[in-house]
Order: sequence, then structure tokens, then C-alpha cells
Amino acid sequence: MSINTFFQHLSNGLALGSLYALIAIGYTMVYGILRLINFAHGEIFMISTYVVFYGVSIFYLPWWVSIIVAIVITGLLGIIVERAAYRPLRNSPRISVMISAIGASFLIQNLAIVIFGGRPKSFPIPDYFNTVIQVQGVSVPIVNFFIPVITLVALVILIYIIEKTKTGMAMRAVSRDYETARLMGISVDNIVSITFGLGSLMAAIGGVMWGLKYPNLIPLIGLMPGLKAFIAAVIGGIGNIKGAVLGGFLLGMTEIMIIASLPNVTGYRDAFAFILLIGILIYKPSGLLGQDIGEKV
Amino acid sequence: MKRITFLLVLILILSLALTACSAPAAEEPAGEEPVAEEPAAEEPTGETEEVVFGVFEPLTGAYAAGGAMELEGIELAQELYPEVLGMPIRVVVVDNKSDKVESANAATKLVDQEKVNVVLGSWGSSFSMAAGPIVEEAGIPAIGTSCTSPLVTLGNDYYFRVTFIDSFQGVVMANYAYDVLGAEEVVIIQDISNDYAVGLAKFFKDEFIRLTGNEDSIVSIASYNTGDQDFTAQLTNIKAMNPDAIFAPGGYSETAMLVKQAKELGLEAPFLGGDAWEAAEFIEIGGEAVEGVVFSTFFDAAAPLTPESEIFINAYREKYGEDPASVTALAYDAYILAIDAIERAGSTDPEAIRDALAETVGFDGAAGVVTLDENGDAVKNAVIKTVENGEFTYLTTISPK
Repeated sequence: MSINTFFQHLSNGLALGSLYALIAIGYTMVYGILRLINFAHGEIFMISTYVVFYGVSIFYLPWWVSIIVAIVITGLLGIIVERAAYRPLRNSPRISVMISAIGASFLIQNLAIVIFGGRPKSFPIPDYFNTVIQVQGVSVPIVNFFIPVITLVALVILIYIIEKTKTGMAMRAVSRDYETARLMGISVDNIVSITFGLGSLMAAIGGVMWGLKYPNLIPLIGLMPGLKAFIAAVIGGIGNIKGAVLGGFLLGMTEIMIIASLPNVTGYRDAFAFILLIGILIYKPSGLLGQDIGEKV
Repeated sequence: MKRITFLLVLILILSLALTACSAPAAEEPAGEEPVAEEPAAEEPTGETEEVVFGVFEPLTGAYAAGGAMELEGIELAQELYPEVLGMPIRVVVVDNKSDKVESANAATKLVDQEKVNVVLGSWGSSFSMAAGPIVEEAGIPAIGTSCTSPLVTLGNDYYFRVTFIDSFQGVVMANYAYDVLGAEEVVIIQDISNDYAVGLAKFFKDEFIRLTGNEDSIVSIASYNTGDQDFTAQLTNIKAMNPDAIFAPGGYSETAMLVKQAKELGLEAPFLGGDAWEAAEFIEIGGEAVEGVVFSTFFDAAAPLTPESEIFINAYREKYGEDPASVTALAYDAYILAIDAIERAGSTDPEAIRDALAETVGFDGAAGVVTLDENGDAVKNAVIKTVENGEFTYLTTISPK
């Protein structure tokens, strides 16, 4: 493997990894605060890409307006899913909520097949994003520069919200104990809604970035990225936002490097991700950055 | 609690409204044409008063576009030829969801519940192969549309098809790479979970090695899975090998992404492929990146092959206002070949239809003349196409040797 090829692989892995990280942030944040694995995260992600598609192709909105619309609609969808599928079960055993989450995921997926149709659609990409930059013989599509930057900015903003704002303090309080938080005058329902809104917003941003990189839209598009983001979140320590970013980068890089160095096993690409998940769950269930339970947010 | 109930009701109403809005669109693919709805009348006498054609196609999932195009062909054929032996033809359509297991379920439903006389379909060899044992056991003849893997009909006396097979298609593309492109070294990148792609890759490889006389002329065989979105790792490795051409058999949606990512990585070698690329989505998703790719397929509206082609192309243009795709023509052919076989057999008995099908010689279909060989495969011409200015463009026709 020449140096050029190696750096090309590194660049590819970085781009894929940061995309996983971006989706994983929202996933892990919702878990950190509500102790709920939101399986519908991937579907919310999928809806955002379709909103952009229809915004541009049917309503002739400028590209950036469709993105804002997509982020708003997706945020609202997250809040609606929480109200309809999770809130009624807040005092039920955790397994019921998880099953409800899987149900919500299937419902949205199949509604999407009925409403959007099964034929693939092409995500609208402004010409600017089709530019490819050559750096020392390594080809980098311009969107690959955006994704890590957006991921890191999102990380910083979320950490700021959670650690420095009053809402963030309330979120942390809710994550410890609903009842006590309520006794302290925190509106638990509102905080949960805000958490879901934020998480879905992150899913929407992830969706838009995914669409720019992989413009092939089908109603099942959220399935694999959703699972990969879940794996990334578990690797980093589920509930830990920094861990999710680390996990995302690690997962993306591992996938690319395994395929790059062992071309004969590419058929098992997704299997490696799940083997990694099983390995982490057996040997380090709290994840790489997840030891400090007290700080888990 | 009241608010929750209210919200739930609201969502229910909303989703109902949404599904109602989309109903006209959703009806089209569902398309169970109720031409003569008398299901009760057929059983008591034991003699059918209608002929039932069972169609299974991917109408949702990754290959929904393929299924939709084939269904158009079958619907068009039914409009032109609604009867056989004086009986109306009823078409039952079942979705195989672009999934092998669902294909087997779909075929079981057609033969067990719907009691069809003939099965038509499917887009995708994997799906047809999944249905193969079921139609064979039930003794119902099946006519494949665009499934090109040799394994679909091999050893199955009840599966026939109106298309050529991949051993021919692979040879055609290997010759194209060697003669026209002058390629000496080729890399193959195949969808390893797709029987069609793996088969096509093998036939291409064998023929290309025979042509060049060099065992190492296929530099590498890379693979990916159906549904993958990221191919950068494989393509970066391929770029380092600097091949003269890349043969990439696979579905249109994955390949469009693959070619796009290849161009982004600065991979300049020309891409060659098979019939599965021919879908509007291939160009929509791939955009400028897929300009210049070359693939073999069955038919082109610019070069009508038989009198039936003219009838088909004109009817299609009138109904849809555009030129038909190859697989639409093949689905149309499967339907009219079924009618032809029933007429030759003079009976709607599945066994009689099977025997008549096996004797098909020189049948004029829209996508060329069909003669079925001992395996039930059509021996016919292949058409080579490219993508030029965002459209599929006819290059040449190649006949079997």
C-alpha cells in the first residue's frame, strides 16, 4: 500500500467516521438523559432527507431553505414520536418502551414506503458540493471537509447546552431522577420534549450530510446508519456525547481499514461492525469513555 | 392523559389523511387489475372461466424501480391483449419486496391461493431463483422477464424466460472490453450478495482470460453488499491498481453511487456493466459521473427488432409519453408469450402450457425473436448502450455466435 493510497483511505475513513459520529451524538444524548434507546432515530434521520428532496423538487424552495425546513420538521417529528410512543409508557418497565421504540421505527419506515414510494430518489446536491479537492494526490470531495467540522461544532454546542445552561442543568437533573427533578420545580415533560427535539435536530443535520455524500434515497436509508450510530454510541459509552464522537470515528475508520487491507472479506463489512459491538458489550460494556457513571449525560 | 389521547387521535387522523392523499400514487404499483371479478365462479365446475396470470415483482425495496418498469410492460400488454381462447385474462400482482424470502412467499401465494395458470417474473435473478422450486413443485409454468442468471432455469423444467442469459451477456461485455476498449487489465467489482452480479462477473472473467490468454488479466475482484452506500475503500484500492477498465455488475442504485464515488476519487478507467443498470434512477443518482459507462441490455426503442416491437413502442409512447425501457419490453414479451403458448396448447392447463412453452421457436416478441433452447432460455441478440448527455444511448447490436 503506497503512502498516497494510505492517506486516501485515512481521508475516506475520517469522512465516514465523522458521519457516524454526527448521527451517534443525537442517539446517545437521548439515551444519556432518558435511559431510552430511541430506535426511531434512524427513521427520523431518513425523513429529514426526504423533506429536503421534496422541498427542492416539488416546492422549488432554495436548497438552504429546504434544509432549515427539514431540520424544523424533523425536530417536531421527534417531539411527536416522544409524545405518542414514549410518554404514555414513562412509568412502564423499560422493555415496554424499547418495544414501543421499535414499533415507532417500523411505523415510520412503512409509512414512508407508502407515502414516498419504494423507488430510489436522488438527493439534490448543489454544484458546489460536487467539487473535489486534490491534496497531495489525495482526492477529497468538499463535503468531506464539512462533515467533521459540523460534527465537532455540534459536539461543542451540545456540551455547552448540557453543561452551561439552565436547561442543560435541568436535563442532567432529569437524567438522575424524574421524581426528584419534578419536586425541584423542573417540568419533566418539557425537558424530555426539548431533549427529543435536540436529538432529532441532530438526526436531521446528519441526514442532510448523509444525503450530500450518498445521494441515493430509499425509505430504508435510516436503518443501517441508525444501527451503526447505535454501535458507535455503545463503543464510546452510551450516554456519553464525547464517547459517541470517538466511537463514530473509530467505527468508520475500522470499517474502511478492514476493507482496505482485507479485500476478500468485504462481504462481511456490516458483520464486523456488529462483532465490534458484541466485543465491546462483553469486555467493556460501559464503553471506552463510559466509566464515570456520575458524569454520564 | 387527555392531551395524549387527543394527540393520538390527531396523529391517527393525520396519517389517514396522508395515506388518502397518496392513494392514487399507491394504487398504481399495487395494480391488481380487476378485469373480471368472479372468483367464486371458477371453483365449482372445475373449469376456469378466466385465465389467471400471476406476477411477482419487486414493487418496494431496493429494486422497486425495476419492478415498476416491468409492471408497466405487463399492464400495457394486458390492455392490448385482454383475452385468450375467448376467456378474459386476470392479472394478480404480488410484491416480492426486493427480498429472496419474500419472493418465495409471493410465489407460494400465487400458486396456492390465487391458483394461477402461469407465473410471470421477476426482475432480479435472485428473486426468480427463490421462486423456482415452488413453481416447479406446484407444476405451474413460469416465464422469467429480465432474470438473466443461468441458474434460474437450469434443472427446472417449469421455468422459462424471454431474455438471454448472463453467460452470453458476460461474453459480450468481455469482447467489448477487449476489442473496442483494447483493455489488457480489468478489475471486477461485484455485488457479492446478488446472484446475478456474481454470475455475470464469473462469465466475464472466464471469457476475458480466454481472450487475453493471460490468467492475471483480471487484476482483482472486489466486492460489496446490496444496500452498501460507501465504496471508497474498495475504489481506493482499485485506483492504486490502475486498470484499463472496470467491470461492475450490480444493481442500478448501488452502481450509480459506486461510479459517482469512483469519479470523486479520480478513477478514470471506463466502467462496464450489465442490463441491471438500465433505470432512470441510475442517471438521476449518478448524474454526470455515469456519463460514458457502457452496458449490455436487451432492447432499444431506437432500433426496433420485430413488427411486435413497433406495436409495443407506439402503444407505450401513447400511454406514457416516453420511450420504454428494456425490461418493460421483456415483461411485455413474457405476457404475450404466455398467451401464445396457451393458444398453441389450446388449453389453460398448466402442464399443457408448459409443454407448449418448451416448444417455442421463432416467437416475435417486442424485444426480439425468442427461440427457447433445451434449458428454457431465449437465444437472442444483445444491445450495447451507453449514457450520453444524461440519456441511455444505443451503441450497437450483437448477435449470438
